[in-house]
Amino acid sequence: MGSITLEQIEHLHRRFKQISGDQPTIRNLRQAPDGLADEINFEDFLTIMSYFRPIEMNMDEEQLDHFRKEKLKFLFHMYDSDNDGKITLQEYRKVVEELLSRNPHLEKESARSIADGAMMEAASICVGQMEPDQVYEGITFEDFLKVWQGIDIDTKMHVRFLNMEPIAHCH
Amino acid sequence: MQAKGSRGAPSLGALPFLFIVAVLLGLLPCLQPNPMLVSEAPHYPAVISGSEPGDVTAAPLDVSQAIRPLTNHTSPGHAKSRKAFPVLGIDYTHVRIPFEISLWILLACLMKLGFHVIPSVSNIVPESCLLIVVGLLVGGLIKGVGESPPILKSDIFFLFLLPPIILDAGYFLPLRQFTENLGTILIFAVVGTLWNAFFLGGLMYAVCQISGTGLDHIGLLANLLFGSIISAVDPVAVLAVFEEIHINELLHILVFGESLLNDAVTVVLYHLFEEFANFEQVTVTDIILGFLSFFVVSLGGVFVGVIYGVIAAFTSRFTSHIRVIEPLFVFLYSYMAYLSAELFHLSGIMALIASGVVMRPYVEANISHKSHTTIKYFLKMWSSVSETLIFIFLGVSTVAGRHYWNWTFIISTLIFCLIARVLGVLGLTWFINRFRIVKLTPKDQFIIAYGGLRGAIAFSLGYLLDYEHFGMRDMFLTAIITVIFFTVFVQGMTIRPLVDLLAVKKKQETKRSINEEIHTQFLDHLLTGIEDICGHYGHHHWKDKLNRFNKKYVKKCLIAGERSKEPQLIAFYHKMEMKQAIELVESGGLGKIPSAISTVSMQNINPKALPVKRILPALSKDKEEEIRKILRNNLQKTRQRLRSYNRHTLVADPYEEAWNQMLLRRQKALQLEHKMNNYLTVPAHKLDSPTMSRARIGSDPQAYEPKSDSGNLPIITIDPASPQTPESVEDLKGMSRLPPSPEEDEEGLVMRVKESSSPGTDDVFTPGAGDSPSNQRMMRCLSDPGPQPEPEEGEPFIPKGQ
Repeated sequence: MGSITLEQIEHLHRRFKQISGDQPTIRNLRQAPDGLADEINFEDFLTIMSYFRPIEMNMDEEQLDHFRKEKLKFLFHMYDSDNDGKITLQEYRKVVEELLSRNPHLEKESARSIADGAMMEAASICVGQMEPDQVYEGITFEDFLKVWQGIDIDTKMHVRFLNMEPIAHCH
Repeated sequence: MQAKGSRGAPSLGALPFLFIVAVLLGLLPCLQPNPMLVSEAPHYPAVISGSEPGDVTAAPLDVSQAIRPLTNHTSPGHAKSRKAFPVLGIDYTHVRIPFEISLWILLACLMKLGFHVIPSVSNIVPESCLLIVVGLLVGGLIKGVGESPPILKSDIFFLFLLPPIILDAGYFLPLRQFTENLGTILIFAVVGTLWNAFFLGGLMYAVCQISGTGLDHIGLLANLLFGSIISAVDPVAVLAVFEEIHINELLHILVFGESLLNDAVTVVLYHLFEEFANFEQVTVTDIILGFLSFFVVSLGGVFVGVIYGVIAAFTSRFTSHIRVIEPLFVFLYSYMAYLSAELFHLSGIMALIASGVVMRPYVEANISHKSHTTIKYFLKMWSSVSETLIFIFLGVSTVAGRHYWNWTFIISTLIFCLIARVLGVLGLTWFINRFRIVKLTPKDQFIIAYGGLRGAIAFSLGYLLDYEHFGMRDMFLTAIITVIFFTVFVQGMTIRPLVDLLAVKKKQETKRSINEEIHTQFLDHLLTGIEDICGHYGHHHWKDKLNRFNKKYVKKCLIAGERSKEPQLIAFYHKMEMKQAIELVESGGLGKIPSAISTVSMQNINPKALPVKRILPALSKDKEEEIRKILRNNLQKTRQRLRSYNRHTLVADPYEEAWNQMLLRRQKALQLEHKMNNYLTVPAHKLDSPTMSRARIGSDPQAYEPKSDSGNLPIITIDPASPQTPESVEDLKGMSRLPPSPEEDEEGLVMRVKESSSPGTDDVFTPGAGDSPSNQRMMRCLSDPGPQPEPEEGEPFIPKGQ
């Protein structure tokens, strides 16, 4: 993933210490039914943060492509909660529900229908015409890449590491 | 020259026609009345009082001119022989001003039409250049006839021609890209324009000091004023040229945003130097005050715009009963914002943009679809006509104005303008790139520098200079016009091949898909969270805060009803549904299925769930029998009723007719239903029904009669004696009971059917909690700005006669 400078690592370490309360790991993360660790150490923290590095001007085509794929893979894993390499309809539905979860007035129906529509669209992008009896299992990583082709992920998925101050803002 | 070919004929035929119009315009001033009859201002109160009754209008001078000939005729008429009654007279002065204005606008529109009929020329030369040429020709014609052609007066330009263009730009500003690049845009607009003005002014002063050019009398301040006028990038010209080259959105918003925001700088500098030119000395306090006034002008303009925007949004909340005048509110409030800002010498352009940006999300949530379309098209129409008129008048004014050509001054202005722009862009980009994530490549910088076009604003500002303080005004004007011509012609014409040559990224024509929307929102949330973890108050953090504030307080005040709680994703999804439904209807519904819609259906992605939902839940055998019996009985009865009709009962029984129509529709809809099941994005029945029924009914609009009993159809019985009013249809929502009727005997038959997919049902009334938002949505669709009252719940959404 390229290199992070020593300064940035120091910044992150300070921040990590703040969040974790000087413990070696951050605990009490939100519990998910499967797969999510309930504590992470600094190394994991650093790895995750590194996905959000901005791209540099001096990268060549191959590096850029690799960079892009890494970021997208991270996102993919966020959608794919059971880690089976596919985003199924149920997982997608869950994502949309969570996105809309701030509105208590909304029924699940709307979220579900949006997710269905999105899934169908993804299917039509990735597979094209489908017979009525074919079944589309789920969005694989390649399909995911196809869907994201229009969106400029490299420019959007970044946080400015340069001017990070460890502001004390623990929840 | 006559019909060379069917394609050639219209274009060739258009040209002579257009020139005839142009000549007419030129000859019009000849119709002015004889100067002897022209009365002077102090006289006409007296003249008017002595005029004939029935002759009085409020119009100025022209009236008196019209009156005079009449009085001249009638008063001697008493003494001498009477003239014959004039059957046909000509009274041009009466209608002169509106007539000429209309003719000019007509000319502008015909020119636009002509250019599109002749495609070959408009591919090479941008429209703005052609329009200036036309203006030159018309001006030349008018001059040739001997009249003096009209000049683009600054008042008319600033008060009438400029606001529509700016409002159009502000209302449809792509906000996301604008705010993402706001820092860059501001730096280009403010620092760039200041740099241009001072660099140019200073250099021109140096040039003026060179002996032998005869320019020594032009002081430093005059030169600085000139520099400030000419240095501003013009939004009209930029829009005109950039629109045709379809460049990528980043560059477009950078150059365009810069041209909009530099208005504040231009206004301040202009007034500053204009004032200073009167002073002998410029003290430090003056400079500080000037600096201060910059903030006042720009922020004050924005403030005024925001106030008017909020008021407009608030007003639109209550317009649900008078949909007809909704667009007018938008236009008037924005125009008032502009005028109010100009009243206080604040930046009118920024006020206009601010009001458009602020009012848009709330107004669009409140107004009906028709009003939305109206606003869109009116704005586009006005701005288009304005733009055309501006360019034509630029051409005419060139011919009409007094010119003073000084080689040194003008050529050096041109050269220094270009140099200043290039240096400015280079320097600023180097500075900006240190803070940007997406750096600006040299290609981008070239396009930004090359896209710095000057236009009519510079001309109008120059025209405003008065002669006593600025004797060299003519020379300034000539120089301004030269620079404008150069940038519009040379740069405007060559930018397109250059864009192709340099392979600059063009605008992506992809449609926004629902997936993209979900992903973008997801990413937003994710990044906000990450920023929070890092403890970094970044872009996303503030945006999130603003959104929360917006949702919690602002939306509640400014948006009517249920819409205030609708999250963005839902709104987007609804929009997409609508689009798809409209596409389906427009493509002919029953006949073709547009290929754009994929053949992926719910079965493909969720094989288990769907088939069950779509069919009626399994009924027990004897219930099925009962249903069949009922159906048979009713059908027979209807047919009997039909046979017994005679001339005396000619009054059409609306319920019968509706029943027949319903049968027909039911058949057709069944067919459509099969196809649509496979082809539409099929959400759950609540959201599905309006779309599908819209599509269904859209294919057969005549079948639907308002106030008919059609709502009854889910129930098997129709009692013609007791018509169901629309209100009672509400009861059908539960779909649990049939209305009691003495004739039939199925009382108590509870058909608990999931009516969503059965055709022929009036699916406008969807049961459940999703009711109010979807119905409200539909009310906004249905809201027909016609003489009939607002369709209440229960009416079909294609009103009669539509």
